[in-house]
Amino acid sequence: MQEFEYVAPTSLEDAVKLMAEKGPKAKALAGGTDILIQLRGGRYQIDRLVDVKNIPELNQFSCSQSDGLTIGASVQNYKIYESSEVQRLYPAMVDCASLVGGIQVQGRATVGGNLCNAAPSGDTIPTLIAESAQALIAGPNGQRTVPVEEFCTGPGRNQLADGELLVSVNLPPVKPNYGAAFLRFIPRNEMDIAVANCGASVQLDESRQKIVSAKIAIGSVGPTVIYCIEASNSLAGADANEASIEAAAAAAQKAASPINDMRGTVEQRIHLVGVLTKRVLRIAISRAKGE
Amino acid sequence: MATVTGQEVVDPGEYKIIGTRPVRHDGVDKVTGRAKYGADVQLAGMLHGKILRSPHAHAKILSIDTSKAVALPGVKAIVTSADFPILKDQSLDFGETQGNIRMLAENILANQKVLYKGHAILAIAATDQHIAEEALDLVDVKYEQLTPIFDVKEAMSKDAPVLHENLTTIFRVDRFGKGEDTGVKGNVAGLIQFKRGDLDEGFSKSDIVVEREFTTQTVHQGYIEPHTSTGQWSQDGHLTIWTSTQGSFVIRGATAAILGIPESMVKVIPMEIGGGFGGKTITYLDPLVAILSRKTGRPVKITMTRKEVFEGTGPTSGTYMRCKMGATKDGKITAGELYLAYEAGAFPGSPVGGGAMSGFGPYKIDNLQVDGYDVVVNKQKTAAYRAPGQPQAAFAVEPVIDELAEKLGMDPMDFRIINSVHEGDRAPSGVPHLKWGCEEVEQAMRDHPHYNEKLDGPNRGRGVAVGYRLNAGGSGSSATINVNSNGTINLITGSVDIGGTRTAVAMQAAEVLGISIDDVNPTVVDTDAVGWTGATGGSRIAFDTGRAAILASYQVITEMSERAALLWDVDPSDIVFEDGIFVSNKNTEDTMSFKELASKLMGTGGPVTCSSSDTQGGVGAQLAGHIVDVEVDPETGKVDLLKYTTFIDAGKAAHPSYVEGQMQGGALQGIGWALNEEYFFTEDGTMANASFLDYRMPTSLDLPMIDTVIIEVPNARHPFGLRGVGETVLIPPMAAIANAIHDAIGVRMDRLPMSPGAILEALRDNK
Repeated sequence: MQEFEYVAPTSLEDAVKLMAEKGPKAKALAGGTDILIQLRGGRYQIDRLVDVKNIPELNQFSCSQSDGLTIGASVQNYKIYESSEVQRLYPAMVDCASLVGGIQVQGRATVGGNLCNAAPSGDTIPTLIAESAQALIAGPNGQRTVPVEEFCTGPGRNQLADGELLVSVNLPPVKPNYGAAFLRFIPRNEMDIAVANCGASVQLDESRQKIVSAKIAIGSVGPTVIYCIEASNSLAGADANEASIEAAAAAAQKAASPINDMRGTVEQRIHLVGVLTKRVLRIAISRAKGE
Repeated sequence: MATVTGQEVVDPGEYKIIGTRPVRHDGVDKVTGRAKYGADVQLAGMLHGKILRSPHAHAKILSIDTSKAVALPGVKAIVTSADFPILKDQSLDFGETQGNIRMLAENILANQKVLYKGHAILAIAATDQHIAEEALDLVDVKYEQLTPIFDVKEAMSKDAPVLHENLTTIFRVDRFGKGEDTGVKGNVAGLIQFKRGDLDEGFSKSDIVVEREFTTQTVHQGYIEPHTSTGQWSQDGHLTIWTSTQGSFVIRGATAAILGIPESMVKVIPMEIGGGFGGKTITYLDPLVAILSRKTGRPVKITMTRKEVFEGTGPTSGTYMRCKMGATKDGKITAGELYLAYEAGAFPGSPVGGGAMSGFGPYKIDNLQVDGYDVVVNKQKTAAYRAPGQPQAAFAVEPVIDELAEKLGMDPMDFRIINSVHEGDRAPSGVPHLKWGCEEVEQAMRDHPHYNEKLDGPNRGRGVAVGYRLNAGGSGSSATINVNSNGTINLITGSVDIGGTRTAVAMQAAEVLGISIDDVNPTVVDTDAVGWTGATGGSRIAFDTGRAAILASYQVITEMSERAALLWDVDPSDIVFEDGIFVSNKNTEDTMSFKELASKLMGTGGPVTCSSSDTQGGVGAQLAGHIVDVEVDPETGKVDLLKYTTFIDAGKAAHPSYVEGQMQGGALQGIGWALNEEYFFTEDGTMANASFLDYRMPTSLDLPMIDTVIIEVPNARHPFGLRGVGETVLIPPMAAIANAIHDAIGVRMDRLPMSPGAILEALRDNK
């Protein structure tokens, strides 16, 4: 590992300035569970590491029925899954935040970091997409908002321009008869990278028999987490039953474009997308029904 | 106290210390972080070394240009294979495996050719490890790439690319014999063959024959502590090495041989060890830090990264195996044929001999043939891994046993008991057995509640398998006892403590001396401070070093009896030592405890210090058996373990907690090997998963409670009846889990790992 400068600004303004000064030679540090390993492994040569844990805007964390869920980019995973309000309103966030790494990693790692790292397997990203989260970005030219499904642009690549920082992800308030869920398949029971994962949300009508709208996202089966538009659309107006679930799963499988690697084969991953999509939709529907 | 007379076993169970569970002597230091491991070594002026490794699996080294690296500020020295004296082929005993010193040196630093990706080429010492790392990037090595060969079957074919031009097949009928050079060139370094009876006749007598093929992948021991070594070459020519090893004397011998210096000039200090499982019985770093220290005049430390441990040290063999067995309708095995082809990695020396000796070990088979091939391929040179070669062979034999039992409509444990091996029966290698607990373990399994309780639910199944190992030992252990004036003793050995052997050996001395275990201070010392002691391996330390400690204890009693005789003015032969008390036969009022007499040594001739060594061996044959319940998710192929029970014939469990620890640890390593562990090689021979993230060993959440049942059939070759327990525990798990998966979903898995992807494929192919 080569030498670099470490700074820990206390305001968003300073942070943006410090990032912008070094352009591509600056990286943000939140939990460090990805960036430190990447630096040690020689993936990046940087001049400056900007610690963003002391910036108030990046430590925002609020959850309510009326205002939704705001997760500052420096908020650690354990805070999310330990929050009783998140458990009540956004159980899919608990599903994913509680299985990133092990206990120690969850004490450091952040959802913001998981999103910025832009791994195809990033375990919180499918849920964020399914929950229609927006990413709030700050940079030299001010702030902007991007839907999470547009945030990642390739493996390890994202929307952030030089000097830009992720401030927070914001999940809209949940409505009645809404449910979401997340599942990941790994060969072990923890401490692993997804062979495939899936997050989904459904909005049921008042009768709770029909699906008004749905969002499905799958991970580890393409260069980025994939928002499965056709699979999601196939559920709009459909009955909340097994036939609809089967059809959506088949559509999700078509959206997958995985590779063969040490974690799984193309065939296995496409198969798993089908299995996981069905299982996730069943849970999401069950949650929407308040079961 | 039991009477201990030579090799005779007197009624185990009558002991004061043996069989109890005292707190381990090294426990407090280890749990409080005070214990010193190799990476903790810090010396004034110490340099840090890093190793340049081959990016190719098979290539000629055309040139090495280090000029830019040398010029980097902070770089102090570079070592390449040119710094090694020219070495001849010469055999060296590593305790568990034999090694050829020239090839060992070439594995440490490639000479002319690189034979696997990760093969070390040179090492650089610098003032810190980051500079050393940066310097590696400045070295320019030119290669001529050669066609690599990875698969054992392909490597055996006639037109396969050859790793070593002059390699010929050595034929052996005895695992440790010199063998006969067949003169046949290629990648087959050895064939070991055991034959008995007449195969054709045996199969003609059988009513049913099952023949199956099996493959397994390269797996690593996965010890937590990476290899590390620090060397300091003093101006007077003395070399001191602080290292993480299972055998300090083995490292001393190998390092001295590679460097061409006398053993007496080398002192090896074994640090506490963070796991070895056989993989730390050979040297990788010690000669490098030695030469770098000689060149710089400063101490040099090299600590491997996890990636280097995976890419640059010795895992165990991937294999191709065939097993054919026949049996009569009433369940008698009439013939068995076992074909084993093991990858040795880049240099000869796979553990196929272990597999050949053990595969058919649990069964009395009058007509058998075992052929074991040792084959070089462009992968990491394999090293010993807990029961080397034997888990693979069991994975070929035990599922065939299960299938035979199934087809015969017999209970798989009943089938095993019918074919059980008893005293006087011969092992596959021809060695006759002493009394051992083969049938006792099998009966304990058959009668256990776990085996007999109902297993409900879809996709659930139960499997059993047994594992056989003939532990030898006898590579040599020394022990010294110094009696302190307060009646305690210092027990000094050279056996690196991996599995709690400090305490297990101390318990044996305490038993003989009639003192409390807290009155024994067991210490593991360096090679200058104790007699020659072979490596901690072969499940031999509680047995061999235990025997050395017992012999030294006898000497202590003899010497102290002489002191008592002086005090009481009687002949030493009139002194009896019983229950920790010295008594005069002439006057039974004259009694003294060990402690009392210890306080009178200075006035009766000075300190009592006794040393003894032992090379008898005879750790003994052993059976272990596992019962496992699994549940398979047929949609994902994932196998979850529901319940696991392990059995072993420990002879006599000196410290039952340590025996149980071995049983649980062996089971969990086997579970990893069974379900997920493998070197995942890309087409060019890169190990794609060289981290614990993707080399998937089980975590605590992947395991059920692993229950243990210890069976004690005393070993006639040890005074307290001990058998070694470190290794047999790893032999049954893969086969037991394969048999359970079959019971659950009706698919016979014939390859490892039985990962979710592999199960899905098998389910698909089975449809």
